[in-house]
Amino acid sequence: MEGLKLKLDDLQRVAEHEVDFQRAYKYRINVCCSSGCVPFGALKVLKAFEDAVKEFGVDKECKVARTGCIGTCSVGPAVLIEPGDYLYQSVTPEKVREIVRDHIVLGLPVKDMLYKNQAYFQKQHRLVLRNAGKIDPSRIEDYISAGGYSALAKCLATMTSQGVIYEVRTSGLRGRGGAGFSTGQKWGLVARAQNFPKYIVANLDEGDPGVFANRTLAEADPHAIIEGMLIAAYAVGAQKGYIYIRSEYPLAIQTLQKAIAQAKAMSLLGDNILEMSFKFDLELRFGAGAFVAGEETAILASVEGQRAMPRPRPPYPANSGLWKKPTLIQNVETLANIPLIVQNGGLWFTKIGTSKCTGTKCFSLTGQINNPGLIEVPMGISLREVVFDIGGGVPDGRKFKAVLVGGPSGGCLPDTLLELPIDYDSLTKVGAIMGSGGIVVLDDQSCMVDTAKFFTEFCVDESCGKCTPCRAGLARIKEIFDGITQGTGKMDDIATLEKSGVFIRDASLCGLGQTAPNPVLTTLRYFKDEYLEHIVEKKCKAGKCFKNEKEA
Amino acid sequence: MSEIDNRRLLLEKVLKEHNFQESALLEILHRAQEIYGYLDKDLLMDISGSLNIPPSHVYGVATFYSYFKLKKPGEHIVTGCLGTACYVKGVEQIMQAIEAEFDLKRGGSTPDGKLSLLVTRCIGACAMAPSIVVDDEVIGKATKGVVIAKIKSVLGGVKAET
Repeated sequence: MEGLKLKLDDLQRVAEHEVDFQRAYKYRINVCCSSGCVPFGALKVLKAFEDAVKEFGVDKECKVARTGCIGTCSVGPAVLIEPGDYLYQSVTPEKVREIVRDHIVLGLPVKDMLYKNQAYFQKQHRLVLRNAGKIDPSRIEDYISAGGYSALAKCLATMTSQGVIYEVRTSGLRGRGGAGFSTGQKWGLVARAQNFPKYIVANLDEGDPGVFANRTLAEADPHAIIEGMLIAAYAVGAQKGYIYIRSEYPLAIQTLQKAIAQAKAMSLLGDNILEMSFKFDLELRFGAGAFVAGEETAILASVEGQRAMPRPRPPYPANSGLWKKPTLIQNVETLANIPLIVQNGGLWFTKIGTSKCTGTKCFSLTGQINNPGLIEVPMGISLREVVFDIGGGVPDGRKFKAVLVGGPSGGCLPDTLLELPIDYDSLTKVGAIMGSGGIVVLDDQSCMVDTAKFFTEFCVDESCGKCTPCRAGLARIKEIFDGITQGTGKMDDIATLEKSGVFIRDASLCGLGQTAPNPVLTTLRYFKDEYLEHIVEKKCKAGKCFKNEKEA
Repeated sequence: MSEIDNRRLLLEKVLKEHNFQESALLEILHRAQEIYGYLDKDLLMDISGSLNIPPSHVYGVATFYSYFKLKKPGEHIVTGCLGTACYVKGVEQIMQAIEAEFDLKRGGSTPDGKLSLLVTRCIGACAMAPSIVVDDEVIGKATKGVVIAKIKSVLGGVKAET
């Protein structure tokens, strides 16, 4: 089918043809081959399944597919067998024959190897990750048969650009990159700008350590990002787009490169898309390891080949962005929501989540937790549900101590805040941020002073150095932490930390500096006793600090 | 000598592909690092001359991004993930063990140039934390013993038990 120039009506036919083709198989074996599972032998498992279905003579009724992430990253390699969504965990090449023999040939799922924790999926609501782990990301036909590109066709055939923006505004969708700005409003600004050409930049510079939602999305469903960009381009009148991706994600880069080539070959990118008078070109741009490059003005500098340093706003990128032209910058998770909103209408989207925060959010769940992995939950779900119901709580009989929400510039929240609903506004109120969706669970063996120090060190490293509060202020905070954790802390330090933190938050130029003090301020707010213990008693219950003295 | 010429030819091709445009500097540095393994001063000067932009600008960009290597890396590269999830799961202890065992500091190499120990801020394999990358192979749920055995095995010493 490659090389076929699609027309508007052809999409439906391709989808039907593909569905028929897949129906010919009784079973579909989805082997997760994402960055989480590959290091643990997923490719060998894939090969073993291909061999085993041939060996048992069931290759005609069994489709073995190489898919993206299913989300249960801690028990990889994961394999999902349809129909029935049987999820096998920690599959090794040796176990494959048994699974094929019992499950496929005899029709008896191997209970011992199935993923047992049903709650992990029950509380999730998978919109953005709708296809993750179910389609083969290297085949555009898989995406089309799952309804892909039909939203684009709907836009081109039946909607005006204002109509598309209206639906997005109605949906209440807010930017998933962290700041939570209204997506529809942003699109309106770029659409109204009278300066050409206009650009779109998709932000896949997932620099937050401990976060891998965007990577998973790109590896599992790259066309959802491309379709979202196409619809955005149609709505705002852009003809050129860039996906800015971290170079630390080689598999996601490969997957996207392949997807872009396929879309071009099928006339879904380029001139006269679907034989309509709509033109859009897409290129990848590679980051090079700079956390600050995820900031919206810094990403522009980086795409232009400069150091990724933010600049003051206004002018906003909507009016003066890439090469001083109107530019729409969106996180890829935001973009992946767009096809669904266009297909089902903005009102449908408002029924998910809360009234002020509609839709879902992907979270990377890590740290001292039983079921780490990638989850997608409706906005407004409580922290307790995420940490205990989905995450399965803290392992090895230890006690929950804190949860860090929002990456290295997020906030450390104690158990008294577990009932907090997860949405932009509630998180900001308690000193945390949505960020790009990192949730790290800490148990009673973690030292909160040490944790805050770790994040401060990260932000010191990653500060671009342009504005003084962030560059000098964070370095000063780090010095104070060095003192406190090495036994030379003074009582004044607490006040100095608080004062500097507030000052850096209020006076910094960009999001990095404005949020960098969050871990310091929240640990001071919720875990002050640990600071006092370090300063007065020179003791660290968790045994993380005062290492130098011990060694000396 | 011929290898050096080949590399320069490859770089020339990259420069032409990008039309010697200043805005392609990042892509060019990426490709140059792929070709040469690292970006030394002469190479940066060469790129600066080819694109007709000041050396200070090229050097500034190359040093701003942590992905670019300005020093020749060791034959084998071990990268510790110091992302949040790995930190919480105790990667620091593993890093210290590696430093002690092979007598080098993070960011540096052993005097014989066999081994470099680098640090990255997250490879995105957080559910398998802590992670250490030994010559492009990711070791998830890493422990001191497994990692040190693996490094010894790539260095040609004792076989790793994996």
